Amino acid sequence: MTATASFARSIIETSDQIFVLLKQWLVSFLPAAWQPAAGVVLCVAAIVGLFPALFALTTVLERKGLGRIQNRIGPNRVGPLGLLQPLADGIKSLTKEDIVPARADWAVHFLAPLVLVVAVFMGFAVVPMGRNLVLVDMDAGLLFYFAMGASTELAIFMAGWSSRNKYSLLGAMRAVAQMISYEVALLLSTVVVVMMAGSLSLTKIVAAQNQYTWGLPHWYIFTPWGLAGFLMYAIATTAETNRSPFDLPEGESELVAGYHTEYSGFKFALFFLGEYLAMFSVSGLGATLFLGGWSAPFSFLTWVPSWIWFFSKLMLSIFVFIWLRGTLPRLRQDQLMNFAWKFVLPMTLLNLLVAGLWRFMGEGWERWVLCTAILVVAYVVMGRMGMRREHFGPRSYRYAE
Amino acid sequence: MSLIFYLIAALTVAGGLAAVLLKNTVHCALALTVAFAGLALLFLNLDAQFAGFAQILVYIGAVAILVVFAILLTKGSETPQGGVFSRTWLVGLTAAAAVFAVLGWAVIASAPLLPKAATPATAATSAMVVTPAPAVPPAPAVTVEQIGRALAGRYVLPLEIVAVLLTAALIGAVIVAMHEKEEAK
Amino acid sequence: MMGQITPLAGYLLVAALVFSIGLAGALTRRNAILVLIGIELMLNAANLNLIAFWRYGPHPELLTGMIFAIFSIAVAAAEAAVGLGLVIQIHRHARTTDLDAINRMKG
Repeated sequence: MTATASFARSIIETSDQIFVLLKQWLVSFLPAAWQPAAGVVLCVAAIVGLFPALFALTTVLERKGLGRIQNRIGPNRVGPLGLLQPLADGIKSLTKEDIVPARADWAVHFLAPLVLVVAVFMGFAVVPMGRNLVLVDMDAGLLFYFAMGASTELAIFMAGWSSRNKYSLLGAMRAVAQMISYEVALLLSTVVVVMMAGSLSLTKIVAAQNQYTWGLPHWYIFTPWGLAGFLMYAIATTAETNRSPFDLPEGESELVAGYHTEYSGFKFALFFLGEYLAMFSVSGLGATLFLGGWSAPFSFLTWVPSWIWFFSKLMLSIFVFIWLRGTLPRLRQDQLMNFAWKFVLPMTLLNLLVAGLWRFMGEGWERWVLCTAILVVAYVVMGRMGMRREHFGPRSYRYAE
Repeated sequence: MSLIFYLIAALTVAGGLAAVLLKNTVHCALALTVAFAGLALLFLNLDAQFAGFAQILVYIGAVAILVVFAILLTKGSETPQGGVFSRTWLVGLTAAAAVFAVLGWAVIASAPLLPKAATPATAATSAMVVTPAPAVPPAPAVTVEQIGRALAGRYVLPLEIVAVLLTAALIGAVIVAMHEKEEAK
Repeated sequence: MMGQITPLAGYLLVAALVFSIGLAGALTRRNAILVLIGIELMLNAANLNLIAFWRYGPHPELLTGMIFAIFSIAVAAAEAAVGLGLVIQIHRHARTTDLDAINRMKG
């Protein structure tokens, strides 16, 4: 009996740590001096290989999902169920001519997609994708993540400016203005998690949520401030990744395609890749911060390998992204900015106060009632103020002329 | 001094030089971000993780973006027709060279007093030599928590003042840049 | 002399070089934004000095230099925002950002 139990436990342990063990086994063929460096190279290669593969899968899922939402079938010609569509798309984009506009700034035009993709890939380094499955467990992991995320804005500006095309430039300026506005809300919405976990290290944040009461996990989303923070985080990241309904920077009906209008072939594919990688990256971070990262949703399911939970949460969030894209109409520029500065930002600031209140009220039901009440009242009041119909006059320019 | 230090230092100085020498203003701003990134790497090389990431977040994520926005709003993104240097450039260059000469002389002259590399040999010799230079301490393991405690404890007053300053700067920048229509005045 | 250069001296020399480059940029360029870029470089060089002295100073555990650098980064961000706001306002008023052309005290 005990032998079977220990055997089962070792099976669970092995399947949970399979990637870590695989890495150790592969590295053990090398001389001892090379092992740490080889381990890092292997992990980087795994990340660089895995997420583009996920990207290929997601493009099919997105096109099929959008097709279903719009009462179409979606791609179904290449391979079984159209699953080989990304292969065809990839070959197409690789064999296309790489066009650089005659008056473009070729050096900046060349560097922009590279900077974007590298900066986005860097973010994955600190996200724990399973138990012990993190490239670098940094003490300031969250700060590193946001530092890398901030660098992508400059890449978008570089792309738009260097193309010497007014639609590209307009798209880039829209994108940068939008990303800066929502970045404030994004950072502030994650601060509540840092306040509660007491650490910027993402592994510690997951460890703080990996506890169970009555079989239910202590995920931060199951608290009033956590739920509010998660919703604000979801809104801010949707805007940050330029996804619909916040896809004004690439609004094809107004701006052709925004900052990547003048890109073709492989460089365009890099932008496309960067956008989806950013989506995976923010989904992974959101799962880590609010949905318990790699921890199981019920205590009796902890035997399922941790990385399966992480990637299920990630794919669930990708599904929501696709769903939103198929459902919501695009916002106007002024609505977008008003929403960021007059609704999301005040709510995140209020949420900080609520989180502090939660912390100092101690255990008990009072804090649940009070914190929920404050957030709901603020939501209703600010929502009503924002929904008021305003008088629209002729357009006036305040900062740019 | 390690090779990594020389590489990062070269990158930083090259970025800085390009930022002040290039003709096109947007290129200058992009070169400036290279210099910022180099300085952030130097901070990381000095075991100041938090300051290095804060440098990237604030300078590359915010200040560089502000600079390029300002360049585009002032129609400065085209290469200017005339010269890019001021009429009094010679005076400025002389002043800068003089400042560098003084700073460099000060560093070189005080080099024997500065901490040496932390090898046991130098520590032993410096103890015997007449002018003892303190050995380099091992890298202090600074956690973010320590920085947080220092900010909320010993340095809480400066923190509050910075908060007030940032709020004032935010309001001030908006008021300065805001443009009311003539009839609104 | 260069043979026995210490780590601290190396960082201080880089900081001095960046500071001088920034000063030269601020004093010689015409465009007001480029002058601000020069000032940013100078501030960054000062930050490098602070961090280097924190790392190689006698009491790194007190975090004085590091905290000073973090405050300095915050203040520099405020300075950049106000400075660029002023440049935009000057451009709106004088239709140029050429500092040689902006030479009137009276608007």
